[in-house]
Amino acid sequence: MSTFLSQIANGLMFGSLIALIAIGYTMVYGIITLINFAHGEIFMVGAYGGLATLTYWVPTAVVAQWYFALPIALVAGALVAMLVAIAMERFAYRPLRNAPRLAPLITALGVSVALQEAVRVFYPGATAAIPFPPLFLDGAFVIPIGDGVVIRYTGVLLIVVSLALAFALERFVERTRLGRAMRATSQDRDVARLMGIDPDRVIVLTFAIGGALAGVAGVLYGSYLNNINIDMGFQNGIFAFTAAVLGGIGNIRGAVVGGLVIGLVRALGGQYLPGGTAYDYVWIFVVLIIVLVFRPQGFFGESERVRA
Amino acid sequence: MAFLEVRDLVVAYGAIQAVRGVSFDVEQGQIVSLIGSNGAGKTTTLRTLSGLLRPVSGTISFDGEQIQKQPAHSILSRGMAHSPEGRRLFARMTVEENLRLGAYTRKDEEGIAKDMQRVYDLFPVLGERRGNKAGLFSGGEQQMLAIGRALMSRPKLLMLDEPSMGLSPIMTQLIFDTVKELRSEGTTVLLVEQNALAALGLSDRAYVIDLGRTTLSGTGHELLADPRVQEAYLGEGVGAE
Repeated sequence: MSTFLSQIANGLMFGSLIALIAIGYTMVYGIITLINFAHGEIFMVGAYGGLATLTYWVPTAVVAQWYFALPIALVAGALVAMLVAIAMERFAYRPLRNAPRLAPLITALGVSVALQEAVRVFYPGATAAIPFPPLFLDGAFVIPIGDGVVIRYTGVLLIVVSLALAFALERFVERTRLGRAMRATSQDRDVARLMGIDPDRVIVLTFAIGGALAGVAGVLYGSYLNNINIDMGFQNGIFAFTAAVLGGIGNIRGAVVGGLVIGLVRALGGQYLPGGTAYDYVWIFVVLIIVLVFRPQGFFGESERVRA
Repeated sequence: MAFLEVRDLVVAYGAIQAVRGVSFDVEQGQIVSLIGSNGAGKTTTLRTLSGLLRPVSGTISFDGEQIQKQPAHSILSRGMAHSPEGRRLFARMTVEENLRLGAYTRKDEEGIAKDMQRVYDLFPVLGERRGNKAGLFSGGEQQMLAIGRALMSRPKLLMLDEPSMGLSPIMTQLIFDTVKELRSEGTTVLLVEQNALAALGLSDRAYVIDLGRTTLSGTGHELLADPRVQEAYLGEGVGAE
């Protein structure tokens, strides 16, 4: 029983991290129907940005206090990732706005490799994994069920921050004027222009939000696993992309649910299914395939656009 | 100089010229119609006026300024609103959200609320169902919402593309009555219609577009009486899609 609950907790922790990354995939797809394969690298860059700020720009005495280090790292990671995402949109994708859809897709793969290599070459020590501070109360508490369920504080942080940001984002998209402009651009870009909306600004905003969330996710990932490496974007990007598809690509709530499902499948599959954690990718893609067979539009996707 | 002056407009999709020389004037306070058969270039003309398409050549001046090089999103704030062919509502949004998007460039909350009420007064059914998703409405109701949405920017010039398309005669009548009412309130209307009979009946001025060119013009009544118009657009083919 306690093993089961531990795995549920692990699943939710990892899942909320994946959810935060998945939001960026799903938002960009919703606006410009591009699978931004470089989004995983934005997550990775955010982690390195947060770490660099703590390591090189903030006095050690300040970093030693987690209540200083944590907000500094989160904001720095979000900012770095956001700026890289904005630059990526401006220089890699915008020139291809009217090109055939394959062109930006291939460009995304190129951007992905370029970002990974840039970090590897220019970040001191990035050829290997780099230790990352916990940024929060280190250690864990125990829920006294069965043999006890161990919950790490950084895992709780991960869940709380991720879900709070996802909730705030959904409110923003549903309730504000800019959020409405984003939905309008996603539904019909030409008509959005007729409403006086500049699609380029909406697209930049979308990349900025997705990038910032990925940056936060990168820092949280570092604090949770205590080290980061340049492959983290590729591995988790695949999970997050799968989560976005599972939830119904283009749908923010879907991305969150998809992320949590993937987290749970990975944790429980690793524990209980033959082969264990070595097969976690397999279980995730098996679930993806099963869902897509019966519900090709994903959990929250719309099978057919409502006729206008 | 006319309020809206279009001169020698040429618009192409790739190598295909859809508009090959369209010229017309719209004076303030008038209803002006562009009539012509399917594929004549009417919709392309409107899309170019509102900045969705770039003309190959020709000029568009509106309220004293040339606008043919302006992006679509800045043309709206100059006072031109375009209700596109096929309504093109934001189907997954509510009536109220659609209207709010029509007022996207405005910041005056009070004025927006007042204009929203005006749309609900004009089309009571929209007011009753303001929280419903636009995609669930009938064709006529969707057309009302499309016009309401375009009015929310308080346009000086309202461009309506095929507002009667797919509507029953009663609904068409209601939409056209509304257009007349808007004119009496001072809105200038540029109307694109295949339903030439209905459009000419209420137009102060009309132009016939044929194969991408403006070929005939006159007051609505002059064109209704013109045998060439009668033969080409008011015969058996009236309103045929």
